[in-house]
Amino acid sequence: MQGGLVVSVSVAYLGLLFAIAYYGEKRAAQGRSLTNNPYIYTLSIAVYCTSWTFYGSVGRAAETGLDFLPIYLGPTLVFVIWSVVLIKIIRICKVHRITSIADFISSRYGKNFALGSLVTLIAVIGTTPYIALQLKSIATSFNLLVGFQNPEIAIYGNPFGIDKTLVVAVALALFAILFGTRHIESSEHHEGLVAAIAFESIIKLLAFLAVGFYVTFGVFGGFGDLFHQAQAHGLANLFVISENNDYGQWITLTLLSMAAILFLPRQFYMTAVENRDETHLRTAAWMFPLYLLVINIFVLPIAISGKLAFAGTASDADMFVLTVPVHYGQSELALFAFVGGLSAATSMVIVASIALSTMVCNNLVMPLLLRWQLVNLRERGDLSKLLLSIRRASILIILLLGYGYFRIASESYSLVTIGLVSFAAVAQFAPAMIGGIFWKGGSSKGALTGLSLGFVVWLYTLLLPSFAQSGWLPLNFINDGLFGIGLLRPYALFGLSGFDNLSHALFWSMLANIGGYVMVSLWGNLSPIERIQGRRFVDVYDDTLGQNDPRSWQGSVTTASLQEVVGRFVGSERAHEGFRAYADGQNIVLDGNEIADSNMLANAEYLLSGAIGSATARVIIGSMIKRENVSMNEVHQLLDETTQVIEYSRMLEVKSAELEETSRKLQQANKRLKEFDSLKDDFLSTISHELRTPLTSIRAFSEILSEGGNTTDREHQQFLAIITKESERLTRLIDQILDLAKMEAGRMDWSMSDVDPTSTIREALAAVDGLIQEQNIELILDLYKALPAVRADRDQLVQVVINVVSNAIKFCRHPNGIIRVSARAEPNGLLVRISDNGAGILPEHRDFIFEKFHQSRRGSNQMPIGTGLGLAICRQIISFFGGNIWADNSDDGGAVISFDIPFGEDGKPS
Amino acid sequence: MAYSVLVAEDEPNIVLSLQFIMNKAGFDVRVAEDGEQALREIETQKPDAVLLDIMLPKKDGFAVCETIKRTPGWADIVVIMLTAKSRDTDKQRALGLGADDYITKPFSTRELADRMATLLEARSGQSG
Repeated sequence: MQGGLVVSVSVAYLGLLFAIAYYGEKRAAQGRSLTNNPYIYTLSIAVYCTSWTFYGSVGRAAETGLDFLPIYLGPTLVFVIWSVVLIKIIRICKVHRITSIADFISSRYGKNFALGSLVTLIAVIGTTPYIALQLKSIATSFNLLVGFQNPEIAIYGNPFGIDKTLVVAVALALFAILFGTRHIESSEHHEGLVAAIAFESIIKLLAFLAVGFYVTFGVFGGFGDLFHQAQAHGLANLFVISENNDYGQWITLTLLSMAAILFLPRQFYMTAVENRDETHLRTAAWMFPLYLLVINIFVLPIAISGKLAFAGTASDADMFVLTVPVHYGQSELALFAFVGGLSAATSMVIVASIALSTMVCNNLVMPLLLRWQLVNLRERGDLSKLLLSIRRASILIILLLGYGYFRIASESYSLVTIGLVSFAAVAQFAPAMIGGIFWKGGSSKGALTGLSLGFVVWLYTLLLPSFAQSGWLPLNFINDGLFGIGLLRPYALFGLSGFDNLSHALFWSMLANIGGYVMVSLWGNLSPIERIQGRRFVDVYDDTLGQNDPRSWQGSVTTASLQEVVGRFVGSERAHEGFRAYADGQNIVLDGNEIADSNMLANAEYLLSGAIGSATARVIIGSMIKRENVSMNEVHQLLDETTQVIEYSRMLEVKSAELEETSRKLQQANKRLKEFDSLKDDFLSTISHELRTPLTSIRAFSEILSEGGNTTDREHQQFLAIITKESERLTRLIDQILDLAKMEAGRMDWSMSDVDPTSTIREALAAVDGLIQEQNIELILDLYKALPAVRADRDQLVQVVINVVSNAIKFCRHPNGIIRVSARAEPNGLLVRISDNGAGILPEHRDFIFEKFHQSRRGSNQMPIGTGLGLAICRQIISFFGGNIWADNSDDGGAVISFDIPFGEDGKPS
Repeated sequence: MAYSVLVAEDEPNIVLSLQFIMNKAGFDVRVAEDGEQALREIETQKPDAVLLDIMLPKKDGFAVCETIKRTPGWADIVVIMLTAKSRDTDKQRALGLGADDYITKPFSTRELADRMATLLEARSGQSG
């Protein structure tokens, strides 16, 4: 076939593409959008199918059978099952006016410049092999078509005097520049581009199907015949999944392609940035997998027919789509197939280079220019031209990089292998992206660490070996490792072997990437802007803040100068429109002299983001107002609802616990008050009883005596004695009550002196001796003779001993009661212990027995019921002496009342 | 035939005075020092009346009164409760248990003797 014809057809095809793009934009300008429908959207996503699909799948199938499939399984899974991720990414892109994947990641982790440029770098380096792949396919297919019957000017012949591949690269660069850099706002929709790419998806599908139909039904008698003959020629191994049973690689490839459909710069651009309507994704969810299925139906038939047609010859299986029609003399079909391959390659190169140039411009070059102050914002001048120039240059450089890689490495690799190297690079974005939209804890340092580590491992285990295998690096680097260190062999890092090269690289790079991302994120603290962006991305659906960046700007810049600066990036007309729309929305009229408020500044940043990405936009606005005043807003944001709710509920818990405690205390106090009340009632009743009992005798005998005449003399004397005794008893009781009242009121008259304890105790015991004898109680005395004197009121001390011993008499065992009285000197004073052998004191009474209303019911029935005042009086007396009185039970169970009294001035123990 | 009276009281001087008063009024007097002894004495020989102190050891006057009024054949015993406690609730409780009268200490000897005689006459009037 004539080279001129092929060139003419190619140029004509590209011209048609351009016409379509032009038409698409014209329709858009008229408001009759061509591309705002789900089918065009889906077809534009099919930019996924490049010349790798068009040529490479057949090559792969001819070698390893069904192993080409996982590359389509991954995207199918993503669209069918994992569309929740896609929808979320698309929503975030719309809300934040994201222009590229670099913009996305940079914006997510706090509009971080370093992160954006790293992602750009990885994307450019990672995509380079992929672009090389397209260049290789175009050059190879051209050579084959032109030189099939002229082997002398075969693949590396040079009919134009220069390398055809370079020509192709430059031509594609110009085409991409024409397509993609006509407008400056990269988040605006490029309807022409989308229309052209959708058209290309139709062409490549039709071309592939045409070849497939011809082979299956023209050369063979349908699928049955084809597979029958394949079996007859020993090609049955191609029908089964994985010849080597290498399911590990299947999984690797599926995972890689899942990452690729989401994060390849061009896929991200087409799927997320160019998306017009989220509902279009519903159609794409079934239609895109269907597209993949249809374009793969004839892969195996074409591969088989190629194998059969070129059996025994060293024919490039990657080019069967082209060479099989040529072999059977179908030159028109071959030309159509060439155009199909061209469409597959050009669509990829155009979209990828546009997407990458946006990233290079917005995330790498512009921030650097601004940082190094090579661009003076204060100077007048239209910066949008500068932006466009940067983008155009980027496109050219990217394609030349691709060409460079093609020259260096592509000879030794198949199309598919080159593509997979790119996929593995793109997969490095997965942790930062997936983590970024589902985990608020991810930090920019974590993302930087993860991406860097993953990228370095990718370089070392995939990219560098590809250079080595092409002879650009010494081959022993692969076999012996870096510096001859065996553990550093790039295909068996740290001794890990048994994986294929790709799975090996993916394993180590993902381990390093995810590990670095998660650990560094967990380790450090999030800065306020990282926290805010994390929340706005993860909670994008319920972000009630909408477009309003909570870190609002404050500064003194007029709206006119703000509009002017924005205009220099996006064009003055667009800037004017943007500002007017904002003013309309706010119901205000701008005269240009007012100071831009924080909302206005946010609006300007938003407008700029669409053109130059969020990180750069932030730098520009920041540099205009000199100072970023975020502190108050940061504080507000940090105290966001969640924190407040948690804090509030914690406070409520504390309050409620306090209330409970208070109420518990109140209940206790109330209960105690009731007890006291009841005790007081009992006490009054007891006092009444005690007073009335002697009164009863006195009155009765007085009346008997006053009757006169009916008593004997002896009775007369006896009754008078009783009256006297009961009167004394009454007096004693009244004295006790009054004493206690006085002591409590502090009006007691005390006569304090140094008192000898031994004689005092003996005197008290003598007073109750009658009672002790009467009850047959054994009294055991344990008194040291020479006890030091204590400071006390002697009479009151006698009273204390009498009261306590009387108590012991009342409560000791009957009969066989034993009372033990001991006194000894202790460092702090005299210690007196009076114990009985009764039933002891109930634990619940121990706290009360010195209360004045307390009366135990456990006493002997032989004894008169006490007044309930004895021990209370004792406590008053002892505490006045400066001592303590307390009760416990002895080892044998009886009660022990102990008290101590400080020694007198001269009575310290020697 | 003289009426018999059981004095159930633990305060010796009051027992002595009651014994003297009841003897002078012509009653047969027996004494019990606690509630259980009082019931045993009634069992031994049923008295016509009981002077029953409330604050009795072992079994208080309320319990003794209740037993007397619930035991068949004993219900016609005249029970006069004596108490140093002046609370109304005690008086209500005593009368509720079936006591025939309630006298607060200190009491008038004459009044006590008169009430006792009146109650015993009323009882014999009913039964005879």
